[in-house]
Amino acid sequence: MTAMETAAPAKKGLGERVGTFTNRHASVLPTFAAIAILILLLVGAELYFGNFLTPRNMSALLLDNAYLMILAVGMTFVIVTAGIDLSVGSVMAFTGIFGASLLSSGVPAVITIPVMLVSGALIGLLIGVLVQHFNVQPFIASLAGLFLGRGLAFVVSLSSIRVEDPVVLWLQSTRIRIGDWYITPTGILALLAVAVGAVVMHKTRFGRTVYAVGGSEQSARLMGLKVPRTKVMVYVISGLCGGLAGLVLTAYSGAGYPRNGIGTELDVIAIVVIGGTLLTGGRGYVLGSMIGVFVYGTIKTIISFMGAEQSWTHIIVGLLLLLFIVVQRAIVARSERGS
Amino acid sequence: MRLVKHRLFWPAAALVTLLIVNVVANPNFARITVRDGQLYGALIDILRQSAPLMLVALGMTLVIATRGIDLSVGAVMAVSGAVALTIIDSPSSNPNSLGTVLIAIVVAVLVALVLGAWNGFLVSVLGIQPIIATLVLMLAGRGAALLITDGFITTVNSDPLSFIASGYLLILPFAFFVWLAFVIIVGVIERRTALGMLTEAVGINPEASRLAGVRSRGIIWTAYIASGTLAGIAGVIYAANIKAADANAAGYLIELYAILAVVLGGTSLMGGKFSIAGTVIGVLTVQALDSTILFLGVPPAQSPVFFAVVVILVVLVQSPRVHRWGRSVGARFRHSDGEADAPSSPERQKEVAR
Repeated sequence: MTAMETAAPAKKGLGERVGTFTNRHASVLPTFAAIAILILLLVGAELYFGNFLTPRNMSALLLDNAYLMILAVGMTFVIVTAGIDLSVGSVMAFTGIFGASLLSSGVPAVITIPVMLVSGALIGLLIGVLVQHFNVQPFIASLAGLFLGRGLAFVVSLSSIRVEDPVVLWLQSTRIRIGDWYITPTGILALLAVAVGAVVMHKTRFGRTVYAVGGSEQSARLMGLKVPRTKVMVYVISGLCGGLAGLVLTAYSGAGYPRNGIGTELDVIAIVVIGGTLLTGGRGYVLGSMIGVFVYGTIKTIISFMGAEQSWTHIIVGLLLLLFIVVQRAIVARSERGS
Repeated sequence: MRLVKHRLFWPAAALVTLLIVNVVANPNFARITVRDGQLYGALIDILRQSAPLMLVALGMTLVIATRGIDLSVGAVMAVSGAVALTIIDSPSSNPNSLGTVLIAIVVAVLVALVLGAWNGFLVSVLGIQPIIATLVLMLAGRGAALLITDGFITTVNSDPLSFIASGYLLILPFAFFVWLAFVIIVGVIERRTALGMLTEAVGINPEASRLAGVRSRGIIWTAYIASGTLAGIAGVIYAANIKAADANAAGYLIELYAILAVVLGGTSLMGGKFSIAGTVIGVLTVQALDSTILFLGVPPAQSPVFFAVVVILVVLVQSPRVHRWGRSVGARFRHSDGEADAPSSPERQKEVAR
């Protein structure tokens, strides 16, 4: 951006326009940066491997990361209110193993699936009530949620439980094909979660309140917005997404496993930040988080294409995260100076 | 009454209650046997096993006092353990020579120090939020540790190394003396110099302390360096204990247990006032709780449920709303029998008002 500014006198028309655009849309810039990085990754991988941008590979990208996408939607809501939810990974593990154990004891899927979603939402509700009504910091409250979810998952079962229910397996095994492209019901669920999340965030009163709370909780309260209800609601949404992700992951792996999703909460936070959501709250996009998931998934696929150790994934995601927070820092500092 | 008011009263009471429950449930818990002039028993085990968590929580206390948080300690532990054991395991060195082990430990701790300095740089110089700044290293560090050990679990048989975790000095475990030494060192540096006060000043109000001429940047940076270094030592002790560098399991969730221990010890996550004695009590409580759960025959994997309950109870007890409820219940109770002990009631009323 500094380069653009110095170049401005020479090419005034374009430079100025770019300058105005970046100033006006400072909050979208990180998301644009994420899109640019995604395109760079995809094009680079295609040039390097030659067989990367195939319909099969791209379809698998959505399929493999469907649960992350669902978690990222919930996390975006929480982070936009300047909160954080560390519990998502273990909520996903708990609802997954709980559902699998219900199914294996003969409970029909029609009952099991709502029970999974509700139990996720209940853990979210617990966190939300602690945060809003007992003034517990989100970090600590969701830490309790993390411990609770993980422990309950092991209480349900210490080992994995296979799922043989046709309805749940249908979610994964059905492939709706368009040419070489395909999409599974789990992928549709993930995209649906993104779509619903984006609409709720931008088109409803609740969504606007979420942004207002993140921007300045006190102002939101003085404006008469329903701050307490909103703050509890975002954790319930995140818990609900955790439950849905548990369902999707159980369908994906064909089993419930209490060790699922260890460390996933940090991946999801990294994804949401890479997607352009500010951890200080008030700015962020559900669609940006979707881009973040694709960036993460693409890095993972590239690394497995190269046959390198998967531990590189976390190193690279860590470095990307660093890059993004430095860029965000610069943008925030700039917009503060500008206003 | 003054005893109850002391800020270490409730943390200490929790620890004592926990120990009493254990002793009542199983008298063997308190039994300490002497073998070859060395003490053994469940209580001694708690002192020995708490070493890694104690060191990590000590560093975490300083970081939290500056209004920060260090999520990377577990990853730093994994890195330092991997570095130390890779050096000891290298073909050119003799794992049983004291020199090799000392070099390995020094190098590992120096690496941890650099990692801590990196965190401190991100937070104090670039001004990035501590949670996210240390998240970078938390994600990348464990990956790096896996690369150092080539994805394997490096195992070594080294007498000097295993002495650190399971050896005895005089009658008590050596690991106990290690953490005690660091508690004393940190305590003396923080409380016998102005550093502790300045740290609290930075934590309570960074802007005001800056205007008052406190160099907050250096103080915050130091806190992260201390946290990284202590986590490095903890990583070596952990590796010595299992005689292996396990990049996935080393320090797993320890950042959360350390934060829990610090909060149990009465240090607020909002920064500012901190208590090293409180942290020591908090760590012993967490460790005792862990042993209790094992003692009760609960599978270790299920223990997080108990920790969740403890975390929820602790935060509820600390929350203002519960305090208000407690006060209103207390006030109503006193109101009903207010006539009976009229002389003392104004005094109590004052307390309620407070």
